[in-house]
Amino acid sequence: MTNQTTRNGTFAPMLALLGRDLRLSLASGGDSAMVVVFFVLAAILFPFGVGPESAVLTRIGSGVIWVTALLAVLLSVERLFLADYEDGSLELLALTPLPMEFLVLAKVAAHWLTTGLPLLVATPILGLLYHLPPAAFGPMILALMLGTPTLSLVGAIGSALTLGSRRGGVLLSLLVLPLYVPVLIFGTAVVDAAISGSGETAKTPIMILAALLLASLALAPWATAAAVRQALE
Amino acid sequence: MADLHKFANPNRFVRIARAVLPWSNIVTALLLISGLYLALFNSPADYQHGQSVRIMYVHVPSAWMSMSIYSFLFVASLVALIWRHPLAHLAARAAAPIGAGFTLVTLVTGSLWGKPGWGTWWVWDARLTSVLVLFFLYLGHIALTHAHDNPERGAKAAAILAIVGFVNVPIIKYSVDWWNTLHQGASVIRADGPSIDGSMLTPLLLMSLAFTTYFVSVLLIRIQSEINARKIQALQLSQAAG
Repeated sequence: MTNQTTRNGTFAPMLALLGRDLRLSLASGGDSAMVVVFFVLAAILFPFGVGPESAVLTRIGSGVIWVTALLAVLLSVERLFLADYEDGSLELLALTPLPMEFLVLAKVAAHWLTTGLPLLVATPILGLLYHLPPAAFGPMILALMLGTPTLSLVGAIGSALTLGSRRGGVLLSLLVLPLYVPVLIFGTAVVDAAISGSGETAKTPIMILAALLLASLALAPWATAAAVRQALE
Repeated sequence: MADLHKFANPNRFVRIARAVLPWSNIVTALLLISGLYLALFNSPADYQHGQSVRIMYVHVPSAWMSMSIYSFLFVASLVALIWRHPLAHLAARAAAPIGAGFTLVTLVTGSLWGKPGWGTWWVWDARLTSVLVLFFLYLGHIALTHAHDNPERGAKAAAILAIVGFVNVPIIKYSVDWWNTLHQGASVIRADGPSIDGSMLTPLLLMSLAFTTYFVSVLLIRIQSEINARKIQALQLSQAAG
């Protein structure tokens, strides 16, 4: 029974914060829609650059979708703490008894629900435009479902580190993009394996993506919380 | 810990650094001259690479330095964050550009060696790619250090980034290893002893020792100049206040 109450003591404020962030995102209207539009538009530019041959598009499709998804997350993650930092509500949140690590987790969850999830919904359209074989759609969605939360978690570290710095956006990409390389490699490996081989060969990179997600879920909130704390000092 | 805090006093550090610096300079010069002589004039050409193998005597030690300086950065950042050691931030701040320099030297010499060896300046090979990512981690660290008006905040943020990057370096390394590879495997540090001939191993080790003592010298100079910059800033602030 006491266990139950302490659990409520952590989860109820986390849910409240999650709900607040979701409502704010919906109320401001179209933030996540803009991210999806960027994702689709950026991916559509590539066929103009490399030409419309079906074989070429199938070959580069998974890479293009992953790189543009990664950039879309990067663009939106910059705002993760910024609005709360500028209007002072981040300091109020830091005063609540909820540990900063859980606060960060709630904010990252809200970020993923408003950007990562809409990206997943838009991915099948891009898959059609890039002539990906139907067998690749399932693994691709699964890979993005495992990969985009990792992108949000790692991006949150960069977002917190650049709070109050002079050149936010460019600096953020310099900090975060090198750390995104493993997710990109294994994410595209899933789709390439699904296109060329059987579902069995796609299993290894999917497991590695899941491992990356679990590791960043355990470690990234600590680093982000430390970065937020030093920004509020 | 008491030992560590003996060096926390900047004035004591400067005294020690002044005493060490001439010696590390002399040792660097001796090692560099003897290493370069052996490497460029007194070692055999490779049966496969020919004369261009001599690039190795700069390339391999810089690659080692690029990794060991990142480890140094990680340790300094840990010490700075955990024990709030004042000199550790300065050491990290001073070491990062040196590490970035060695990483750039590794990339450039590797590229120069790749042209005659592989017939191309650049390949998307595992080692090359992970060194390139390491270079960008260094650049991010340097940029973050200088991105805040308050140098203390920049130092703390950069320390967190250095630790996150250090956790990620093996992940990046193995992910690109898995991805694609062409670069030759390790030939010096192996379980069955070095597979490289003694006539090549001696100059290689001399050069890497020379690079290490060079790092020590430049690090000491840079930390001293950081301390001086802080003193000048404090003086200017007290003058402006007074």
